[in-house]
Amino acid sequence: MNILEVNHLKKYYATQKAVDDISFTVAPGSIFGLLGPNGAGKTTLIRMITGIFYPDSGEILFNGKKFHPQNDAVHIGYMPEERGLYKKMKIGEQAVYLAQLKGLSRMDAMRKVKEWFVKFNMESWWGKKVEDLSKGMGQKLQFVTTVLHEPKLIILDEPFSGLDPVNSNLIKDEIYQLAKRGSSIIFSTHRMEQVEEICDHIILVNKGQKILDGTVHNVKQQFKENLFSVKLDRQPESLQSPAFELIGRLEGELIVKINEGNKPNDVLQHFMQQQCNIMAFHEILPSLSDIFIKLVEGTPLSRQFEPITA
Amino acid sequence: MKKIWLIIKREYLSRVKKKTFILSTFLTPLLFAGILFAVIMITVKSVSTDKFAVRDSSGFFKDKLQSSKVIAFDFNDSIDHQNFAARGYTGILYTPGTAINNSDSFKIFSKKNLGVVASDRIRDQITKAIENHLLDSLYQINLTTLDSVRQQARSAQISNIILEGDNKTKQGNSQIAYWIGYAAAFLIYITLFIYGTMVMRGVMEEKMNRIAEVMVSSVKPFQLMIGKIVGIGAVGITQFLMWIVLVFVFTTVINSFIPPEILQQVQEGGNQLPGNNTQANEAIVGLAKAGVQLSTVNIPLIVGCFLFYFLFGYLFYASLFAAVGSAVNEDPQDAQSLMLPVTMPIIFGIIIMMNAIINPTSPMAVWTSIIPFFSPIVMMARLPFGVPGTVAWWELVVSMLSLIGGFLFTTWLSARIYRTGILLYGKKATWKELMKWAFRSS
Repeated sequence: MNILEVNHLKKYYATQKAVDDISFTVAPGSIFGLLGPNGAGKTTLIRMITGIFYPDSGEILFNGKKFHPQNDAVHIGYMPEERGLYKKMKIGEQAVYLAQLKGLSRMDAMRKVKEWFVKFNMESWWGKKVEDLSKGMGQKLQFVTTVLHEPKLIILDEPFSGLDPVNSNLIKDEIYQLAKRGSSIIFSTHRMEQVEEICDHIILVNKGQKILDGTVHNVKQQFKENLFSVKLDRQPESLQSPAFELIGRLEGELIVKINEGNKPNDVLQHFMQQQCNIMAFHEILPSLSDIFIKLVEGTPLSRQFEPITA
Repeated sequence: MKKIWLIIKREYLSRVKKKTFILSTFLTPLLFAGILFAVIMITVKSVSTDKFAVRDSSGFFKDKLQSSKVIAFDFNDSIDHQNFAARGYTGILYTPGTAINNSDSFKIFSKKNLGVVASDRIRDQITKAIENHLLDSLYQINLTTLDSVRQQARSAQISNIILEGDNKTKQGNSQIAYWIGYAAAFLIYITLFIYGTMVMRGVMEEKMNRIAEVMVSSVKPFQLMIGKIVGIGAVGITQFLMWIVLVFVFTTVINSFIPPEILQQVQEGGNQLPGNNTQANEAIVGLAKAGVQLSTVNIPLIVGCFLFYFLFGYLFYASLFAAVGSAVNEDPQDAQSLMLPVTMPIIFGIIIMMNAIINPTSPMAVWTSIIPFFSPIVMMARLPFGVPGTVAWWELVVSMLSLIGGFLFTTWLSARIYRTGILLYGKKATWKELMKWAFRSS
């Protein structure tokens, strides 16, 4: 059973179709990437999933049942893109307070906060105020307050912004750990290399509509351009073949595009006939970044306001 | 419900625990007392005795011009208008027909202009001396008899306004009611502003720190708003209760210094007091009088109503302030223009109050003390004049009910504005947009 199932979700504002008929599912224990350019409708989508906004139409199923914001809030952890904490409040108290608002008893909240503070080396911060923290420290605190109540669904909007590589890895490891323990994670970002590294499944949203849905592997296969890299021990005499076209050279390797109807073996044969030894041969899959740009390119960088007539 | 309670607790404790709260609670009354004390001290200290030399060749005024704290008369023929200053006199008074004074008028020579108090006092003394002389010489009236007659006449002037209840009569005192009403109305006015803007700033802080989004994923916007309003309101009530206790302790201590026989005398309305009229005695009598006058006002009713009107007036306006706070963006300047429609009625209230307190039963005073926008201020000004008398019971009940109803309405309205505004970033909203958020369906 999927932890989250979103069916035909719509949310229209006065001048924009913020979310226009989006459906997707999130499997338990998976890390789900929600991608899209600025203003694609990601935040609106997330706000509906977290119960902050009501959708105009469509339904959200949480854990197989109709999503009920008040009751299910305890099972959701949400870390918005714009960080928010009470500046004047002491850090320990603040973490306990936010956990209590999620429904934990004071005792449980205290215990969990202490555990996490130890894990993240934050014990000495307890009596400090948020305004004394650096941006990265605030980020860590925000992450702790998001996952403290062991939610089934964790929604992270750009969780690594402002973190150094060491702390990024710390958080990344925690994300893996949480997924391993059965939490599902929705991960919204623009940083494609992180998505490739972390996510199992992605969807790409543009102009309020879903334009891509699949596992990272499948998506790459879907968008591959039959590019291969060939490494030879010496320069071949001929690079002309009906089987492929030479696209370029990269550090002594040849980048070739195999023509329709041909197979990698045809390429290898061409070089072997010329008495070249093949040192390496592998497929070049497009990066998610390339796919992202390819799909989103051509649409205006920021969404235009348009009157809605639906 | 548990979540609202958590929010209330945080809002309350985070403010009450602050050092500034403790300081302002104890320092504000001290500050007021200090200012009052300073004003009195300056007035008392600045009274200096002006010595006047009197040249009176007829001997008519000798012993008839009475010296007082302000003016001292000195009959000394060795002083004239050339050397009075050198001899330490403020001025010299020539009666008609003496030395250089040939006219019929009295002449005073001085180095500087005489103050109003001094010249009035001198004129009074001269008039009285002449009057006494005429009464004595023309009608052969004994002056000591005359003094006692005057004393009697003066004591008869003390009149008490009697207010009729059902069967009871009670001493009324419009003077004391006026001051209590004025003070209570002003206190409500100031606190509405202080605590209202405190709510607004709190909401703005939550919106600008973007904590609102985190909070709203755990609690309903309404819970967040109500929690904040109630929490801050509780801070206000705490402060008032502490002040009431402080005042109670203070007055008890003061009262313990007033000897019971003086208190009794004052209560009986007597003016003649036992013992010599020293200054200390006068002060005690003054305090005792103040105490007796205060007892003509129904203090528990006033305090109870004050807390009610503070609380519900605050609740009425606080949600509006919260709505304004939710609509403001980064620029605090925006708050000013959005706040205007909320602060205007409060300012109108205080203007109406100044009129209503002079004429507490005028139709305008009665009706504005029922309209929730003004009632906390105007009703508090009218209440000390007496409840079944000046303010009818039905007026008080209708006023309270309409304030409660008004509070429910503004909270409902504001909650609808708040839940949209708190998550909306970008340009500041106009009142037109706020109304659209409030009244659209869904």
